[in-house]
Amino acid sequence: MSVQTTDYTVSEIRSPAAFITSRVFIYGALIFWAFVCLFPIYWTITTSFKSAVDVTQGHLIPFVDFTPDWKGWRSLGLSPDSIFQTSTVRDEFLKRFMNSVITSVGASSLAIIIGSLAAYGLVRYRYKFAWFKNEDISFFFLSQLILPPVVLALPFLVLYREVALLDTRIGLVLLYTLMVLPIVIWIMRDQFNSIPVELEEAALVDGLSIWGAFFRIVMPIALPGMVAAFILAMVLCWNEYFFAALLTSTDAKTIPVMVASQTGSQGINWWSMAALATAAIAPLAIIGIALERYLIMGMTAGSVK
Amino acid sequence: MAEQTSTANAWPAHPADLIPTGRKRLGWGLLAIATLGLLAIIVVQILYKTEMSTVGFDTWRPVVYAYILWGAALGAWQVLTRGEDGQRALFLLPALLFTIAMVIFPTLFGFYIALTDWNLSSFSGRRFNGLDNFWQMLADPYYRNALFNMVLYVLAVLVEYVIAFGLALLLNAQIRARKFFRVVFLLPLMLSPVAVSWMVGKSLMEYRFGPAATLARHLGWDNPAFFSDPITARISIMMLDAWTFIPFMMIMLLAGLQAMSREVLEAARVDGATAWQTFWQVTFPLMLPVSVTAVILRIIFKLKLADIIITLTSGGPGGATDSVSSFIYREYRDRSNVGYGTMLAMAYLVIIIVFVTWLLKFASRFVRNVN
Repeated sequence: MSVQTTDYTVSEIRSPAAFITSRVFIYGALIFWAFVCLFPIYWTITTSFKSAVDVTQGHLIPFVDFTPDWKGWRSLGLSPDSIFQTSTVRDEFLKRFMNSVITSVGASSLAIIIGSLAAYGLVRYRYKFAWFKNEDISFFFLSQLILPPVVLALPFLVLYREVALLDTRIGLVLLYTLMVLPIVIWIMRDQFNSIPVELEEAALVDGLSIWGAFFRIVMPIALPGMVAAFILAMVLCWNEYFFAALLTSTDAKTIPVMVASQTGSQGINWWSMAALATAAIAPLAIIGIALERYLIMGMTAGSVK
Repeated sequence: MAEQTSTANAWPAHPADLIPTGRKRLGWGLLAIATLGLLAIIVVQILYKTEMSTVGFDTWRPVVYAYILWGAALGAWQVLTRGEDGQRALFLLPALLFTIAMVIFPTLFGFYIALTDWNLSSFSGRRFNGLDNFWQMLADPYYRNALFNMVLYVLAVLVEYVIAFGLALLLNAQIRARKFFRVVFLLPLMLSPVAVSWMVGKSLMEYRFGPAATLARHLGWDNPAFFSDPITARISIMMLDAWTFIPFMMIMLLAGLQAMSREVLEAARVDGATAWQTFWQVTFPLMLPVSVTAVILRIIFKLKLADIIITLTSGGPGGATDSVSSFIYREYRDRSNVGYGTMLAMAYLVIIIVFVTWLLKFASRFVRNVN
């Protein structure tokens, strides 16, 4: 990272004025875009501490423009003074939150398990199912990526009603697994490709079975890739709205659906809306910041050779 | 079904005839029982649902369980009859059976629904009506409008690409706090589009008090209504969607930039090329394969665009911002028109498949010609 850039400075030191201009431009652009990225988040978080007047007058800076208040969080039952009282809104929120956690973790785990196995098989062995060879099977899996949710939504609505999976978390987990499976297979194929085959050959010579070699030798090496795929899958599942809005009503409703249905009879309570939105984006924002390395690894898998 | 040739990596394979006949017979027996069981449950269920028999289950759930058991039996059959080859097939089977069950069957079923007149809110129930939905679709100006909007939305990807490339170049330049900027630039991708469209689209860009509207007034736009006239509304939706997805392309392009060999750039510099020339004649051509991958993936995601539109404008004003997905969503949600909605979705699927296939062909030829 640091090695690559030395030649820039060498050539640019020759003209200090140009160097300074380019610095100003680069940092100006960086700071501008950082502002574009951060301001909506800042707005969301601060709005959750505003009262109605502060929202409608467009006050921006806490303590200067307006006095922060726990109003938004109180309406969710999550402010310091209401956290120990019973609150139906909080129960509702926690239920939706748990639904989101369970569906996204469940779907990502399921997709990682069956996706990694399939990716490993496709990378290491030659298959022939009828006239389908490895390339065709890979293409079959990856082509699911272009399938738009609308195509599946209505058939699934009918089918899920028939098999009693409508408005259940399992139903959502299965659909989300389907949704992220191509991405997981894409990432994991790349991962397994980078593991030298000699390792497994040695393990087989030492008497491990095929599956033993996979679990004891290959999996530990591919673990970072699995984490990357898992996190990317988590992000997609957590933010999914379309299927959740169509296929859930009371029991399995997830956070995005709850956020989208926040219009009351007296318009929108911005403070509670903002608190809810903050709670909805916080888990992924934290994961994104903490595990950014894996996310980038997942997104760039296979794109750069 | 799995006829597997020996592996590419030449694993020591057990010849199939080393497997005792008893074991083979067990495998075949298992598979036969499982298949018969699955078929039996399906038949019983069909008879029950068509009221030709009184024995059966209330829902089709047992068929799902039977399918899972059948899948397990299929795996066992592979291992029992084919030994190590079977064990290899076992890697692929779960994902294959899962995807087939979750995609093929619903899609076929979807094609059938598309040929019916089925409104959930009417009493008449499902009625086969052939291609009526199709003719109705051809005459539907709103669907055509939604398709036209999709063309605009897809074209917006090019603008997103330019911005993403710029950001990737910025992050790749010699800067301080690179990690900080990278994390910050990545953040929008993490955020739920629904929460974003509420807090940005409905609050930040709100006509009266939103800071974005205030800023627009200061910049001289008297009437900063972001969602009231068709063209501005479309641009607002594009901007919001771009905001969430630019990091995705940016990260891929950044990885491409970092993987580029330094010697080439060095050589260009030594030859006296200006930064501008270096970019157009070295960096950009070298980045073309990565760019194409990023743009195509982005277009594929763009074709699914729905949630922002559903929450923000519901397709308004007058259908100006409708994407195909959001239009079909409302066809179902507001009008319960399952048959017609599915026909629209299926037509969209066909269009997408044709378009993406063409895009992939075109892209590979494009990359080959340039390099």
